[in-house]
Amino acid sequence: MAEKVLEIRDLHVTFDTPSGPLEAVRGVDLDVSSGELLGVVGESGSGKSVTFLATMGLLPARARVTGSVILAGEQLIGASPKQLRSVRGRLLSMIFQDPLSALNPVHRIGDQISEMLRSHQDLSTSDAEKRAIELLDIVGIPQPSDRARQYPHEFSGGMRQRVVIAIAIANNPKVLIADEPTTALDVTVQAQILEVIERVQERFGTAVVLITHDLGVIARVADRVNVMYAGRNVEQGTIDSLFDHPSHPYTRGLLASLPRPGKQRLKPITGFPPNMLNPPTGCAFHTRCEFAADICKGELPSLVSFGDLETACVRARDLPKSESFA
Amino acid sequence: MLRYILRRLAWSVPTLLIVTFLVYLALRIGTDPVASYKRVNPRATRAKVAEYIDVNGLDPNFVQGYFKWLRNFITGEWPRSIKGRREVWPALKDAMANTLRLGTAATVVGIFFGLIAGVMAALRPGGKRDVFINTSAFVGISVPPFISAIMFQLLFAVYWQRWFGESLFPTSGVYPAGHTGFDLFLMLKFMALPTLVVAIQIIATYSRYMRSSLLDVLNSDYMRTARSKGISERRVLIKHGMRNALIPVVTIAALDVGSIVGGLIITENIFSYPGMGLYFLKSFGEGDFPLLMPWMVVIVASVLFFNLIADISYAWLDPRIRLE
Repeated sequence: MAEKVLEIRDLHVTFDTPSGPLEAVRGVDLDVSSGELLGVVGESGSGKSVTFLATMGLLPARARVTGSVILAGEQLIGASPKQLRSVRGRLLSMIFQDPLSALNPVHRIGDQISEMLRSHQDLSTSDAEKRAIELLDIVGIPQPSDRARQYPHEFSGGMRQRVVIAIAIANNPKVLIADEPTTALDVTVQAQILEVIERVQERFGTAVVLITHDLGVIARVADRVNVMYAGRNVEQGTIDSLFDHPSHPYTRGLLASLPRPGKQRLKPITGFPPNMLNPPTGCAFHTRCEFAADICKGELPSLVSFGDLETACVRARDLPKSESFA
Repeated sequence: MLRYILRRLAWSVPTLLIVTFLVYLALRIGTDPVASYKRVNPRATRAKVAEYIDVNGLDPNFVQGYFKWLRNFITGEWPRSIKGRREVWPALKDAMANTLRLGTAATVVGIFFGLIAGVMAALRPGGKRDVFINTSAFVGISVPPFISAIMFQLLFAVYWQRWFGESLFPTSGVYPAGHTGFDLFLMLKFMALPTLVVAIQIIATYSRYMRSSLLDVLNSDYMRTARSKGISERRVLIKHGMRNALIPVVTIAALDVGSIVGGLIITENIFSYPGMGLYFLKSFGEGDFPLLMPWMVVIVASVLFFNLIADISYAWLDPRIRLE
C-alpha cells in the first residue's frame, strides 16, 4: 500500500448557532494515500465539505475543531496560523465549487496564479509569470500567454475552473482537495474538468480528494470511495467493491437511487437527512433505514472491516446481500 | 478610453447649455432681476436700467435674452453685480477657493477616518467595536450640521473662553477682521470648526459605506480562494478585500466631491465662511442676477466633471466595466 499523506482521526467540528451547538462533523476517520483519487460522497449537510475546510484551516473562527489531521507528518489541528499558511497552497490546496466566484474579478488571471507561486517559492515576477503560463497550458487553456493577461470575466465557467485548478496545482501539492468542482458546470464541461483533474493527478502524482454528491462522477474517476452521512463515515472501500457489493444500507440506497440503463423506476431513499442540531441517537441513518432494528438506536457505530469494505453498520452481517451496481 | 473621455466632454457642452438655459428661465421667472436692480438703485435713470437689461441679456424674449447673456458670458464681458457694482469673477474665484479649501480638508479628513472606521467595523461584525462605530455613525448622521456647528461654537469658543480665558478656535470667517496676506496656521485655526462639522457627516456616511462594502467582499468566494493560497491575512485583506471593497466607495466619493463645490450652505452660513454657499445665499437673497448666473455655471460644470471622474475611476478600478 502506498504511503499515507493525509490522516484524519476522530475529527469533530462544532458550530455555535443561535439554536445551540451544531456538530457538523462527528468523528471522521479518513486516510488519503499518495497518488490516489479518493471520492468522498454524501448528500448536502453530510459534513463532507466541512471536514476538508477544517483540514485546510479555512473554517470561520467560531467553528470548534478537535481531533487530529496529519499531513505529511505535520499535525494541522491546533497548528499556529503561520504554520497553517505555510501548508496551505504548498502541501495542500483546494478547488472550489463555483468557479464564477472563486476568482478575484479585479486581478489578472496570470497574477492570481503568480501570487500562489510566489507565496511559497522564491521566484522573480517574470519567472512566476512564465510558470503561470505553463500552468495554464497544463490545464488545457489555449493561447495561455494571452489569456494570462485577461481578467476572470473574459473566461467561461469551464475555463475559469481550469484556472482555479492551475492555481491549486501551482506548487505541486501533495494533496488536492476538489470540493464539488463540477457541480456548477454543464455536463459536457464537467467531463472535461474531470479529465483535467485526472491528468494532473497522473502527471504530478498528486493525491486527489474529490468531494461530490454525484456517484456517477465517483464511478468514473475514483480509486476509493468514502461515504459520509450526518457527519460520520458510514462506508469506505475500493470503487469496485463498493459498487459491486455495497454493504451499508445508506450506500445501497444511494446506488439504488441512481438512474441506470434498463431501469424503469428510481428507488429514492425515503425521509430526509437528520437535523444536525438534534441528531438521532445511535446510527444516524436508522430513521430512514429499511433494515433498522432496536440495536441501531443504541451505540454510534464505527467503521469495521466487512469483507473488502469497511462499514459502520452494527447489522452489516445480518443484512441480505445487496445486488451489484458495478 | 481617451475617445470616451473626449465624447463625454463634448456632450457636456449641450448639457451645460440646456441646464444654464433652464437656470436662466428659473431666475427670470422666479426673481425678476430687473425689479431687484430698481430696488437697489431706486434713482437709476431709464438709460441705466436699459444698459443693465442689455448687458445681462434680460430682454423680454427669453430665448434672445439667454443667447445675449451667453455671448457676454463666453466673451468674458461679465456684467458687474447689482449691489456695490463689484466685478463678479474675483468674488466668485475667492468663494470657490474658500469652499475648495474647506471641502478638500473636510473630505480628506472625513473619508480617511470614515474608511478606517468602516474597515474596523467590518472586520468583526457584531463585535463591540462594530457596535460602537455603528452607533457613533448613526448619531453623526442624525445630528444636523446646524446643531453640531452651534454646539462646537459654544464648546470651543464660548465656554472655552469662560473656562480658560481664551477661546480655542474662532467661530467665523477665514481670517480675523483686517488681516491681509497668507498665514497657514491662522487659516487652519479658522477652518478647524467648519471642517470638523462637515467631516463628522462624511466620516459617519463613509464608515457605513465602507463597512457594508467590505462585508460583502469578505463573504465572497474569492476571499476563501485567496486564503487557501496561504498568503498573509494582511495581504488577503488589502489586495483582495480592500481592492474590491473600494470600488463602489470611490465612485460615490467622486460624485460627492462634485456636489461639495456647490458650497456647504448651512455650515458656511453658521461660520460666516465666505465660500460658494454663502456667496449663493447672499446673491440669491438680493436677487443679484449677475452674481447668480456664473455661480450656477460653476456648479453645473463641477457636477458634470465629477460625474465623469466617477465613471472613469469606476472603469479604472473594475476591469469588468468598459467605457464605450
